[in-house]
Amino acid sequence: MASLIGKPVKRVEDKRFITGKGRYTDDIVLPGMVYAYIIRSPYAHARINSIDTSAATAMDGVVAVFTGKDITGITGVPTGWQVNFKNGDTMKEPPHPLIVADKVRHMGDNVAVVIATSKELARDAADMVEVDYEELDAVADAVKAVAAGAPLVHDDVPNNIAFDFELGDKAKTDEMMAKADHITTLEFTNQRIIPNAIEPRCAIGDYNSATDRYTLYTTSQNPHLTRLLMCAFVLGIPEHKVRVVSPDVGGGFGSKIFHYTEEALMIWISQRIGRPVKWNSDRSEAFMTDAHGRDHITKAELGLDSEGNFLALRINTHANLGAYLSTFAPCVPTYLHATLLQGLYTTPAIYIDLTAAFTHTTPVDALRGAGRPEATFLLERIIENAAREIGMDPTELRRKNLIPPFDGVNEPGYQTQVALQYDSGNYEAVLDKALDMFDYKGFRERQKAAKAEGKLLGVGFSTYIEACGIAPSAVVGALGARAGLYESAQVRVQPTGKVSVYTGSHSHGQGHETTFAQIVADKFGINLEDVEVVHGDSEAVAFGMGTYGSRSLAVGGSAIMKSIDKVIQKGAKIAAHKLEANEDDLEFANGAWTVKGTDKSIGFGDIALTAYVPHDYPAGVEPGMDFASFYDPTNFTYPFGAHIAEVEVDKDTGKVKIVRYVAVDDVGNVINPMIVDGQLHGGIAHGIGQALLEGAIYDDDGQLINGSFMDYTMPRADDLPSFEVDRTVTPCPHNPLGVKGAGEAGTIASTPAIVNAVLDALSDYGIKDIKMPLTPERVWRAMQNGK
Amino acid sequence: MIPSSFAYHKPSTVDEAIQMLQDAGEDAKLLAGGHSLIPAMKLRMNSPSALIDLRGISGLRYIRQEGNAIAIGAASTHHDIIDSNLVQSHLAMMVQAGSQIGDIQVRNMGTIGGSIAHADPAADWPACLIAADASIEMKGPNGTRTVAAEDFFLGLYYTALEEGEIITEVKIPIPAPGTKSSYVKFHQPASRFAIVGCAVMMKSSGGTCQSIRVGFTGVSDMAFRDTDLEDAIRGKELSAANVEAASQVAAAGKDILGDHFASTDYRLHLARVFAARAIHAAS
Amino acid sequence: MGISIEVNVNGEKRHSEVDARLLLVHYLRDTLGLTGTHVGCDTSNCGACTVLVDGKAVKSCTMLAVQANGAEVKTIEGMAENGELHPLQSSFKEAHGLQCGFCTPGMIMTAANLLERNSNPSEEEIRHALEGNFCRCTGYHNIVKAIQLAAQQLT
Repeated sequence: MASLIGKPVKRVEDKRFITGKGRYTDDIVLPGMVYAYIIRSPYAHARINSIDTSAATAMDGVVAVFTGKDITGITGVPTGWQVNFKNGDTMKEPPHPLIVADKVRHMGDNVAVVIATSKELARDAADMVEVDYEELDAVADAVKAVAAGAPLVHDDVPNNIAFDFELGDKAKTDEMMAKADHITTLEFTNQRIIPNAIEPRCAIGDYNSATDRYTLYTTSQNPHLTRLLMCAFVLGIPEHKVRVVSPDVGGGFGSKIFHYTEEALMIWISQRIGRPVKWNSDRSEAFMTDAHGRDHITKAELGLDSEGNFLALRINTHANLGAYLSTFAPCVPTYLHATLLQGLYTTPAIYIDLTAAFTHTTPVDALRGAGRPEATFLLERIIENAAREIGMDPTELRRKNLIPPFDGVNEPGYQTQVALQYDSGNYEAVLDKALDMFDYKGFRERQKAAKAEGKLLGVGFSTYIEACGIAPSAVVGALGARAGLYESAQVRVQPTGKVSVYTGSHSHGQGHETTFAQIVADKFGINLEDVEVVHGDSEAVAFGMGTYGSRSLAVGGSAIMKSIDKVIQKGAKIAAHKLEANEDDLEFANGAWTVKGTDKSIGFGDIALTAYVPHDYPAGVEPGMDFASFYDPTNFTYPFGAHIAEVEVDKDTGKVKIVRYVAVDDVGNVINPMIVDGQLHGGIAHGIGQALLEGAIYDDDGQLINGSFMDYTMPRADDLPSFEVDRTVTPCPHNPLGVKGAGEAGTIASTPAIVNAVLDALSDYGIKDIKMPLTPERVWRAMQNGK
Repeated sequence: MIPSSFAYHKPSTVDEAIQMLQDAGEDAKLLAGGHSLIPAMKLRMNSPSALIDLRGISGLRYIRQEGNAIAIGAASTHHDIIDSNLVQSHLAMMVQAGSQIGDIQVRNMGTIGGSIAHADPAADWPACLIAADASIEMKGPNGTRTVAAEDFFLGLYYTALEEGEIITEVKIPIPAPGTKSSYVKFHQPASRFAIVGCAVMMKSSGGTCQSIRVGFTGVSDMAFRDTDLEDAIRGKELSAANVEAASQVAAAGKDILGDHFASTDYRLHLARVFAARAIHAAS
Repeated sequence: MGISIEVNVNGEKRHSEVDARLLLVHYLRDTLGLTGTHVGCDTSNCGACTVLVDGKAVKSCTMLAVQANGAEVKTIEGMAENGELHPLQSSFKEAHGLQCGFCTPGMIMTAANLLERNSNPSEEEIRHALEGNFCRCTGYHNIVKAIQLAAQQLT
């Protein structure tokens, strides 16, 4: 039968979504379920003097009202990563309570929760709760937060500094920078963006007092990690008594990785009131409480010699972590950002000094790309400016400094200045292919012609590399991770030869049910329909670390491969017995074990049945055909690519129109090109959103002033062009599928490509930078202020 | 996401609606398409004690020629208007404006009466109605009266509509032959309301502007007619230079709105840009 | 307090007593159990809740259930007929026009109204028509393709 790997197989999960039969958390209704409404702080920083819940409690249909004072013996939700200070001092890790008792520290902080028999009553009763706040000074900006005299977010965290961090060789960088013929300096903000998965978060806690078991239904990208954190670090309940289910999840983009207060709170409430309880986030709440992304304030310097060779990169960054440490927060600006500052370039000396600050804002954590967009934006923006300053074509400057090709098998991986060793790469190839698709030469002529007509066309480039497939447990452990980052898989061959696959990865749009089934069906030589992929239920799947960091196929898929191999090996033993042949003389192909060079053969289904009906069976072999595996990667994977954007700027209004968008990505081997392209499209759109449209705006009082879709600009269909995507294939040398990951690539690359294109369009105006998002007014103003 | 409780009334005639509005007390609200009111109620920014749903009134949803005017029933939806042959043949700007209101779903439900009664300073219809010299008919306990569109919009969410009155019809004179109209808009990227919307109704001959009416929305706290701009271009040849020069007086003397999408000076600049674009489009 | 309504939902007459403030989307999801219609925002922007009311796309979060009294409502659950997927449903699958699936029902219902108004829309017209429907997964690229594909199949 034809190979399924590399084919654009239509998704098996689609039917339920296109017919309205998807099952998302908020679709679940349990008998006797009640509804929670969380009262949230309207202030960024305030002392809670008192809360009067009596009127609400007295209302018909109100089951309970809880405040922070009711929750005793629980510290709060933890972070999963520890990054200590440069001098070795322990990271500051103030508690993040399920409901605050004393002070609110960001707009949206949990103040009280009302439980009622309907969501209408819960909402009505919430209006009857009276909270007496004493408003305090707040700080929303990371640089201002660490300045002397800034209001403290946590009384015991001096200067609001959670930790500081450095990476690279400072002395060498200073020395090389001193030798530079030209230094390009860029100061910028990589603004805060709000994830806005279209499905708001939702959690249902269901405690059964008879069995003493808890079930949490939640919109999570990693139910097992949520269970681990919630049981062991928050509520102190035994893990074997807890089931966590993440059914269909309507997009995550990182924001549903984290263990949120509301999840533990619903379990706690359910146990207290003895009924299932649901909390479903309104979009307004989502704006204030889903962990945000990015928010770096950076000063970067790139030193070059007279030929345009990069000599040194020196960076100072303030990362805003918000009011509390979210689950992955400490690792995002550090090990997912600083370590990627080599980019695709041979820069021989790199140093970053980073300060991570608490502010009176929503916690900041991983958001599509997580650290890598920040690194790529920094590099690609400063390189673009350097090219302009030294008068070199931006593609030539990049090409001149690219790391030469290496396959990671015959040539070793590339050791960067910032800790990582790249697995395999052919970086010039993606750049060449993209330039070719785009017709760069032709563009420059069109640009000239357009200029003569008074039109502003621009082209912007971006290359990127990312570290995906997170990650070797020992490595991340040494870097402060409090968990391993392997993945588990179980491949259960049913007696009839049908196959159930249980994966610890979680699909919330990525199409695992198809991609994983393609692998299994292909390897076993069976039909795609004969494979079912199960995920998102801690009861069904032994363990899992979930989906983020473009890890599912590289890590989760590799775990599946291990179990597939075990099945085939065991099958060979049974087949050898049945065929009366030597195991070494068998080969497995096209769904059958065959004695090499003969037509003696036995099919997959027969072996499966034999394994479960072991009447005529090899001695010493256990019945059954069911294998679990854990796969711990030996390295990250390193997808890379080159993206080119063409824009037109309206001279009169400053509005940017994207004319073309070309992307060439290398994500290693591809199992389903249709799905990979789709991941790229979505990623590109997300990055364009950051470049042109999106950005949280906090005022000086810490008020989020654009916390709704009426004020926060989401990319819409008419903001975007169709995308031209293609790829090169440089297999990953260290995982069995040779895959690298595709979920974040587009986002990482597109933001700087767009900004660079706008600056190229405005090259006659002498503009060094425009703050993101590049709103029409900002672009117009830059033109006014330019020459 | 959940409105406060309210009483619901569904009259079947305008008179019945007027009576119900009187009976229901001052916290009662009229519900037309609901696309401004219901979102505000979901966020509890507005909690009326009673809603009087006008959708049950037959005879308020029509678009027809009456003498030398196009009469549009107040309950006509945005789609009704842009799909109307009558409107399409005489009032290009209404089609251009209507197809930029909200989105398909909003245009299916939202009504012209509801939109102008709400008087959002960034709504699209008001600029057109002012430029088209429309009149607005309303009915209340004291009978029916008509107000010119340019006198109807009085401030932020504030109109000439008096307590107890219901808008019943919008009447637009059929433009004289040789008259062209246009509506151009620079939208707020998130809400898609107008940062600047400019409607122009102009008669020109031989490349010279004979008569013109200009309406703006989004620029100030209410839609307004820009007579300074009209005066600046009337009688002039519609050359690029003349239009550019005239557009410099756009929105002069108005209190210009400013927000994080468009500060006051940028918005004023856009008013000038879009004034010129609208005039060119109607040339 | 309950108001009696009769709504034809996906071809079936449903009688209910509802609170005046009950939104149509909550009526469909909570009262009738038709959970294919989703809620993605509270400001009537995202379009995840789009259904057809008397054939027209409507944001069911911005309409009261009582306003649907006497109307015909079609939700995503009613799009397939006699076990045959509607061409928009099959084209969304064919063109990979969905990922997480959350916005998909609303997208399909809006697209149905678009194609009813304009049977052969250009890419630009499709993009404009999706102004009231947000998707965070696909970058809209394949949604546009899916609607083009359905338009071809429907003509």
